[in-house]
Amino acid sequence: MKNKAGRSISIMIAGSGGAGAMTAGAILLDAAARAGWYGLMERSYGPQIRGGEALAIVRLSNRPVATRADTDQVLVAIDWRKTERFLPELRLTPDSLIIGDSKMGDIPEAFQSLGAHEFQLPLTALARKIANGRPNMIVLGVIAKLIGLPEDITIAALEKALAKKDAAARNSSIEAVRSGMTAAAELPQLHSFPEAPPDPVERWSITGNEAAAYGAVLGGVRFAAGYPITPATEVLEWLATALPELGGVLVQAEDELASVGQIIGASFGGAPAMTATSGPGLALMTECIGLAVAAEVPIVVLDVMRGGPSTGIPTKSEQTDLNMAIYGLHGDAPHLVLAPMSVSDCIFTMQWSVHLAETLQAPAIVLSDQSLGQTRTIIDAVPDVAFATKRKLPEALNESYQRYEDTESGVSPMSIPGTPGGQYTADGLAHNEKGHPSTTASDHVMQLSKRLRKITDFDYGRHWAEIDGHGETAIITWGSVYGTVREAVEEMSDWQDKLRLIGIRLLAPHRPKDLAAALRGVKRILVVEQSQTGQFHDYLRARYDLPGETRSLSEPGPLPISPQTLHDQIAGWN
Amino acid sequence: MAANTEKLTPRCYKSDIKPVWCPGCGDFSVLASITKALSALSLKREEVAVVSGIGCSSRIPAYLNVYGFHSVHGRALTVATGLKVARPDMTVLVASGDGDGFSIGGNHFLHACRRNLDLTYVVMDNQVYGMTKGQASPTTDPDWEAGKLTPGGTGLNPFQPLVIALASGATFIARCSSGDQDGTADTIAAAIRHPGFAFVQVLSPCVTFRPEQRGWSNLVHPAPVEPTDDPARAARRLLTDDSFFTGVLYHNQHRQPPPSTHRQEAHASVLKEAFKVL
Repeated sequence: MKNKAGRSISIMIAGSGGAGAMTAGAILLDAAARAGWYGLMERSYGPQIRGGEALAIVRLSNRPVATRADTDQVLVAIDWRKTERFLPELRLTPDSLIIGDSKMGDIPEAFQSLGAHEFQLPLTALARKIANGRPNMIVLGVIAKLIGLPEDITIAALEKALAKKDAAARNSSIEAVRSGMTAAAELPQLHSFPEAPPDPVERWSITGNEAAAYGAVLGGVRFAAGYPITPATEVLEWLATALPELGGVLVQAEDELASVGQIIGASFGGAPAMTATSGPGLALMTECIGLAVAAEVPIVVLDVMRGGPSTGIPTKSEQTDLNMAIYGLHGDAPHLVLAPMSVSDCIFTMQWSVHLAETLQAPAIVLSDQSLGQTRTIIDAVPDVAFATKRKLPEALNESYQRYEDTESGVSPMSIPGTPGGQYTADGLAHNEKGHPSTTASDHVMQLSKRLRKITDFDYGRHWAEIDGHGETAIITWGSVYGTVREAVEEMSDWQDKLRLIGIRLLAPHRPKDLAAALRGVKRILVVEQSQTGQFHDYLRARYDLPGETRSLSEPGPLPISPQTLHDQIAGWN
Repeated sequence: MAANTEKLTPRCYKSDIKPVWCPGCGDFSVLASITKALSALSLKREEVAVVSGIGCSSRIPAYLNVYGFHSVHGRALTVATGLKVARPDMTVLVASGDGDGFSIGGNHFLHACRRNLDLTYVVMDNQVYGMTKGQASPTTDPDWEAGKLTPGGTGLNPFQPLVIALASGATFIARCSSGDQDGTADTIAAAIRHPGFAFVQVLSPCVTFRPEQRGWSNLVHPAPVEPTDDPARAARRLLTDDSFFTGVLYHNQHRQPPPSTHRQEAHASVLKEAFKVL
């Protein structure tokens, strides 16, 4: 596999808590975006809220990137305290460059053993020459110089990031960046930085959590309730300030049981509604999601997945809530499960999910994950997509109105409170067409069939999956892993002749005819996912006919699947 | 709360569904009190919603001709909270029982009181789980030995919902007896008129599993004092009364519900400005 340094560069900034590694990384990403680059920044933390070690991983490229680079080119350590914790996450090679602060002593043995080029710079000493100067800003200057970022653009990004600080603090930071740029002149030019795209279009700097929240309001969400949980909290924080601008509101609930109950109540009242949570929260919500199925109340529940089970690893990614999302409801409870495949797709998938939930009067569970949710990514501006999202309302209300009428599509007209003559009781009890509680077998079967039919018979169109290539070897994946797989296969020449890449966005209901058509002519299938037990592989085997030989590449978190692993799998198969 | 031009009688608020309750259940009377209160306030049926959880008393929404939501066990207040925040124009009542409201839904009770939304929370308290056929609830006395999961009694301190409501921030607290249908109707009407979280405990006997509660109508007596707006005085009363005082026991009209934060509506796509690089 060829080294991707030619088109992207990966830079890491490490430091103990408060050293400002994340701040420097964020400004670096913004400066690069202003200069025309694509890129992304991942954050890796120790478990402490404050004072813990931090690692900013910034990848810059001349084309859009969706995942971590296969190799890291530069590691700068503001200090070395507890940074050994990050060793398993580093992909340094003998071509890489490790930069330390000469005041912090020798580069630790564990890092030296990686065999990379090493260099010491007087980061602290340079910072001390400036009033209130900080080593992280020296580091920012060093990296900017190293990769060829123009000084004016770097300082513009710095000024924006420090806009709330006083002029003295800003000026000392600017001075520190300049000092770092000068100091970097001593460093060897190990890598050629890719050139900026010639005519950059409008770029956005966005995380998957922001994108999902934005997609939700585009879809019409005007009520949200939520309980703080890593790594989903930023979705709620974004909505808390955005919704009031749109005539909506977010309520901080007392727990996840309340979050989901509140969105059901709001949606019953006519407001498209959502919550965001992670695995432990979704587990608490499942009873009420079943209520939304039975009472036919549209809601959207976004699960930003993290390592599990139990509290697991809240700050790291995994795709292990799939079983719960698909099978976790009690009773026969048809509902929607969707998953975005990139940061920008978080916008589309959430918007589509709201549209589907509202149209089908059913709950939609959307499975994002920590790596999508918390990675800040530079993407091309995402054009607005319009869906005619509208609930089916009663055309005329009279004595014969039946809230749960057994219609052909399975979708029944939903009267909204306040509408005269449309009074009914939404019920989680088995009920008849009127909504009256009923234990009669025929009513139960009729309502079960109606609710199944509306989900399975709906025309979901082409958005159910992303399908590319026409080779005889298919790779089927989902969620954030799609970006990793896509980047890995794009490295291969003529990949579209050899491979077929299928990313499934609509996980429930399953689309057997659609997947059969997508797999026509396929002789072997590789299923790729981030789960120890192969939840996605099991799901595919249970719900679809898969032609030819099928293999599973399933790895648990917290480390992302490496493109190299995928290459090895494919290369070793033919 | 818009008044209707044509007077709606209590009967107009009832549906034609026959309740599942046992003959003699106090909840029949509470149902009648609710329809009387709605009629007295001349509320339009479509502008009222009654939300409930699970249990005998939670069956009430289906017996009314207003909008209703029969949700899941313990979560009535959460559904009602979402509905009221999204639709402040609706009059929202919440119906619950002592198990639904104080045990499985206990946390929501605390936080609904804190939030002080304009909700009316009617809890029909019979100190027993009736629908599951006779287990002790949070308000059951510690020495009640007929509880099927707690032979020999619970030995636990009974939950004191009125004191808890006061401490948690409810601004209207009352106790009623289902035996006094008109008095209960008046109190529920006052609770609906109160612009904040109004908690009404209705002592509503379970004639099947707690037949001795038939005697409650002889034990209840109107509180000998006027409602107070002083939390300290209310706390003293609620902690020292014999659990059979009825009437409005605490009424604080100084603390208003949280203001609606709804602002001028913009198109969602304006929010993308924040994402643009530069």
